[in-house]
Amino acid sequence: MVKDQDFLEKKASYCLGLAKKLGATDSSVIVDNSVSETVNFRNKKLDESNRSDDLGISITTYIGKKKSSISSSNLLSDNLNILIEKCVETTKNTPEDEFNSLPDQDLLAKEVKDLDLYDDTHIENDQKIDYLKKLELAASNDKKIVNTESSFTQRKTNFVLANSEGFCSGYKTSSFTASSVTVAKDEKSMERDYEYSSKCFLKDLDDADELGNAAAIQTIRKLSPKKIGSEKIPIIFDKRIAKGILSTFASAISSSAISRGTSFLKDKVSQKIFSDKINVFDKPDMLKGLGSRNFDIEGVKTDTLKLVDQGILKHYLIDTYNGKKLNLKSNGRCGGTSNLYFENGNISFKDLLNLNSKSLYITETIGHGSNIVTGDYSVGATGFFVENGEFKYPINEITIAGNFKDIFQNITLANDLEFKYATNSPTILIEGMVVAGK
Amino acid sequence: MSNFFEKSDLSRKEAESIISDTLQNCDDGELYLENSKSESILLDDNKIKNSSYNSDLGFGFRAISDEVVAYSHSNEISKNSLKQSSENLKSTLKSVKGTYNHEIPKSNKKYYDNINPIEQKSLNEKIKILNDVNDYLRSKGDKVKQVTANFLGEQKSIEIIRSGGETLSDVRPLVRFNVSVMVEKDGRKETGVYGVGGRQSYDSYLKDENWKSVCDEALRIASVNLESKPAPAGEMKVVLGPGWPAILIHEAVGHGLEGDFNRKKTSAFYNLMGQKVASEGVTIIDDGTIDKRRGSLTIDDEGTPTEKTVLIENGILKNFMQDRLNARLMKTRSTGSGRRENYRHIVLPRMRNTMMLSGKQTQEEMIKAVDKGIFAVSFGGGQVDITSGKFVFNCTEAYEIVNGKIGSPIKGATLIGDGPSILKEVSMVGNDMMMDPGIGTCGKAGQGVPVGVAQPSILINKMTVGGTKL
Repeated sequence: MVKDQDFLEKKASYCLGLAKKLGATDSSVIVDNSVSETVNFRNKKLDESNRSDDLGISITTYIGKKKSSISSSNLLSDNLNILIEKCVETTKNTPEDEFNSLPDQDLLAKEVKDLDLYDDTHIENDQKIDYLKKLELAASNDKKIVNTESSFTQRKTNFVLANSEGFCSGYKTSSFTASSVTVAKDEKSMERDYEYSSKCFLKDLDDADELGNAAAIQTIRKLSPKKIGSEKIPIIFDKRIAKGILSTFASAISSSAISRGTSFLKDKVSQKIFSDKINVFDKPDMLKGLGSRNFDIEGVKTDTLKLVDQGILKHYLIDTYNGKKLNLKSNGRCGGTSNLYFENGNISFKDLLNLNSKSLYITETIGHGSNIVTGDYSVGATGFFVENGEFKYPINEITIAGNFKDIFQNITLANDLEFKYATNSPTILIEGMVVAGK
Repeated sequence: MSNFFEKSDLSRKEAESIISDTLQNCDDGELYLENSKSESILLDDNKIKNSSYNSDLGFGFRAISDEVVAYSHSNEISKNSLKQSSENLKSTLKSVKGTYNHEIPKSNKKYYDNINPIEQKSLNEKIKILNDVNDYLRSKGDKVKQVTANFLGEQKSIEIIRSGGETLSDVRPLVRFNVSVMVEKDGRKETGVYGVGGRQSYDSYLKDENWKSVCDEALRIASVNLESKPAPAGEMKVVLGPGWPAILIHEAVGHGLEGDFNRKKTSAFYNLMGQKVASEGVTIIDDGTIDKRRGSLTIDDEGTPTEKTVLIENGILKNFMQDRLNARLMKTRSTGSGRRENYRHIVLPRMRNTMMLSGKQTQEEMIKAVDKGIFAVSFGGGQVDITSGKFVFNCTEAYEIVNGKIGSPIKGATLIGDGPSILKEVSMVGNDMMMDPGIGTCGKAGQGVPVGVAQPSILINKMTVGGTKL
């Protein structure tokens, strides 16, 4: 089972003590342990079982304004002694940086709320197998499905974060994840798609049947795709990829990109960057939230932020180092966002499909085509041609392109937000993007 | 060489006996031990932003019966931990009746030296070079607004213990040096990135102030992009430059030729063996044996010596890339392509250095042959859907071609194509094959491994360019 708090705290305090003895003026340490067990199925048979037990430690030492860090998976005292000594030596030889420091004492989290992030339930591999059997039976029901792969993972983690200012805290989290990937085939084509469910609590996980069915339906409808011509056409992003727009937004407002001057959203606080009605929240204290946390990876407390209010950018995502550089206080976002989401729009999914007589509904994008320096965006895409609110036929081998500055100003949100991932979006309609096809 | 049992309560003999006992009725399997040391030193925004060191130790224990793989890993090398893993594997493979395959090919060839690149250069020397890079680039004029440079170094020692006690080992050095520069002119910002690396010391790449040429290249790309116009949208002819653009080969056909996807029949290539999948004159190999290259390996992560595998010969599909598991199930032999990111992951068939060999034409002839199209010189990343065969990659330096002449630079755009058909659209193969500079990492099933690519200039008759200009 996952190591308890006491074990992790002892390791952490040993490291802090040793770092101090060797000459560090400040230090911080994270000790974490995660144990996960996975079973994979393929074509209704057991394919793989995988158990992992990972213990890790990472230490940052400061000597005045000098800083260096080490990490290791070997927690034997002999090894820690050598590494911490090396870390302190390296720190001495690293140039000063005036912005290096532990977080301000008054910003550290004082209380740890129970956010319902840990389910003690243990699901044996045999039970995972039962779930996957059911899932694969549902997934392979249609004879167009020629291959099914599915997976069930139970993961339990525990960690302690401690620093030389006296902060010492941590807590357990759990996740249960099931996924189904199916391949469908007809005379003209072969296509793959998936469905996925991940929850903190086992009892909240989607039904095996539903998951398998959804994967199969989503795959079969992609068969015999067409390639369309190049044109400017309204684009609708399915929820599972719409969240990608928020992820790009989050990278562009991270204090490191802002302080380095490498973001298209630099100096945009208090300016209107989205369409009028758009609100974006980052809410860390959501019960059972997949991105929930009590403090960031520096120990700084995290409050809910309304990042965008009626289209206006209100905050950057600030950590200690870049905060000091920008003369701003950390808002507990070292390591990124927590539960990030667009607030629901006020039109239904169905009405969104009907807003234009013709549009493209995109279910998957491929490639790494987001440039946060310029805001330029260009990715490969697959999806469906939509006419008068109806899915007409699948499309593939096209690209969609635009610039986020324009994309953000031209989005309409449906009212179908769900909390399925850590970052979530309702279905999005974007006007003005260019599709390249034939 | 690491002695994995030195500080453990587990002796080598005891480990061997647990391994043999666990694997006795299995078809294959092994204990994989790994000790890696890595460093990262980063200069950014005029400062040394990060100097970190990582030391990772652990084992992965694998048992295979027929198609089923049981795997368990831990970073505690102890009697208790190995026994627990053994129990775990046995509980998955309850009633196995296989015969362990003891056969594993041997070779004395080595493709890199047993060195620890981290120790070969002091921290102060590395910091000095990073600061010199920063000063050098910032002296190139006001337009340079941001400079990032970093050293990444690693030494990975691995040992594979098979049932019966046969032991195979390897020590792998790997380094990378990267420079990224952002320039600004009239309110417009663009970046350029360049790097070098491979399996030898930092100095092999950086001696004689060679780092300056890395800086110059990054700055050149950034400066070209400052002048770029919106890219066209639609199908057109594409000329690819030599070297790194071969990630097209990696994405378009490489992944689709990995054994696992073909055994499972989920690759668009699974039923095309022996058939024509590319134009005549197109030969593609995957080679793990090139001296000191980033994608080279003396032995793969199952202990099989690597080799030069011909994938496509003169347009005909000849071989898939195989690890032991997929080779056994497909009744062929391992091509030494079994790789894993580290001990936390299972082995998968992966690419090493994937290369298209030279043909006869010149790049000039190709440009001349294009009325309207683009000339793509440098790329960011790529991705493929191996089932539908559709793949993309992102240009980071490209130009329009108008009436047989290279025109203005165009903005970064994604190119999309269809893997099984794209190589049939190759109408000219250049005589200028070049290796990439040694910076590639390939991702598959959440595992990243270092790889290389190479190709000559090629002309593709038809590809979709994902620009914004209709």
